[in-house]
Amino acid sequence: MDECCVRTVDVSEIVQAVRKLAMNTTSNVPKGAINALEDAYLREESPVGKEVIRQILENHRIAREESVPACQDTGVAMLFIEVGQDVRFTGGDLYEAINEGVRQGYVQGYLRKSIVTDPLFERVNTGDNTPSVIYTDIVPGTDVKIMFAAKGGGAENMSGLVMLPPAAGVEGVRKFVIDQVRKAGPNPCPPIVVGVGIGGTFDRVALLAKKAVIRDVGTSNPHPKYAQLERELLEEINKLGIGPQGFGGRTTALSVNIEFAPCHIASLPVACNLNCHAGPHDSIVI
Amino acid sequence: MAVIRISTPLTDEITASLKAGDNVIISGTLYTARDAAHKRLVSLIREGKELPMDIQGQIIYYVGPAPAKPGQAIGSAGPTTSYRMDSYAPILMEHGLKGMIGKGSRSESVRDAMVRYKAVYFAAIGGAGALLAKCVKASEIVAYEELGPEAIRKLTVEDFPAVVVNDTFGNDLYEQGVKEYKIDTCK
Repeated sequence: MDECCVRTVDVSEIVQAVRKLAMNTTSNVPKGAINALEDAYLREESPVGKEVIRQILENHRIAREESVPACQDTGVAMLFIEVGQDVRFTGGDLYEAINEGVRQGYVQGYLRKSIVTDPLFERVNTGDNTPSVIYTDIVPGTDVKIMFAAKGGGAENMSGLVMLPPAAGVEGVRKFVIDQVRKAGPNPCPPIVVGVGIGGTFDRVALLAKKAVIRDVGTSNPHPKYAQLERELLEEINKLGIGPQGFGGRTTALSVNIEFAPCHIASLPVACNLNCHAGPHDSIVI
Repeated sequence: MAVIRISTPLTDEITASLKAGDNVIISGTLYTARDAAHKRLVSLIREGKELPMDIQGQIIYYVGPAPAKPGQAIGSAGPTTSYRMDSYAPILMEHGLKGMIGKGSRSESVRDAMVRYKAVYFAAIGGAGALLAKCVKASEIVAYEELGPEAIRKLTVEDFPAVVVNDTFGNDLYEQGVKEYKIDTCK
């Protein structure tokens, strides 16, 4: 490779960027979610539901002004890293640097540590919220984009995946998503954000749903048919009556976000990943 | 909206006066416990051993708080999802527990136990941890410090807002709410 095109990034920059993201993200609920909550407050017909949304907005204001986490569950630290293919990392291991940033951010930011060592037998808290879940994509260029999401456990537990036959079509997708939200009921802290992955493979569709659920509220899929399906699903979910916190009302979801990918001729994988009304995430480009 | 003020410990008279959908403000003591602490408490009961705190008439709050920043009594402290404690809750009610605070639906066996033992399940607003932390005036660890956020804490709360979801008569606010606001679609 032509040496002049290679950009060197010391991993200490990664540590600092991840630390900063971890410390600041959970107290700053994204603007898109705040706007959607403000709209929902005006529209909500249930008096109890309206009061719940008012308190949620008040909570998010306190979190921002006092730099405290909006929710005590500051989640699994999820890092989505886009690495320019002309970047060369120096000074250490990239994944260790990411985890060091998470460690420093969660300790210095007074965030809750919610990770246990093994899932089944010991379940000992690691004490610093590591290891994080890391996905890397190689992209053209010399930038490094780091996206951080603090994914809470309550909404994550209400997620699901199905391998539909292609004949199930749009109706099959619709039924699966609506059933998933209905079954989740009050558990994932409605009003929720619904992330839907469609296509790919068994493993890829789950990641599509994750990427969908952390997409900003207020954005649509660029494909008009999928954007239309997002709107229709949102309307249908808000007819379920679950409402804010499940106490009954019109605002069950703030947004339905779909991400899709090509798939096998025999398959129609669908995954549904849920997030609460806060859904903290942010990104930095180095 | 009418708000009912209650203080801990709860008596049968207090729990019997509450109805699903009531807005309450709680003052007094709340004990925190979630998955890992419940597992240990129930093991102690099954082994005939003493619990680290007296649960007679008490309320358990399902929460794993964030660490307190300097000057705070506690970090953000909203409810966690309650169904994970469903397999442990009836035996605690049998031994005197009168209230639970969390979020989300309870199983039928928990709801039956609430009727039988005159206990109440309250919901606090999930994801409002910063707001709810302001009602916590003091926090001390009672047991299982090694569990970190899952340790049992004794919280002193003032005007902690919650909603009655399951009362001692078998009513369920979540079912009532959906029934009232569901729009049927012909599909």
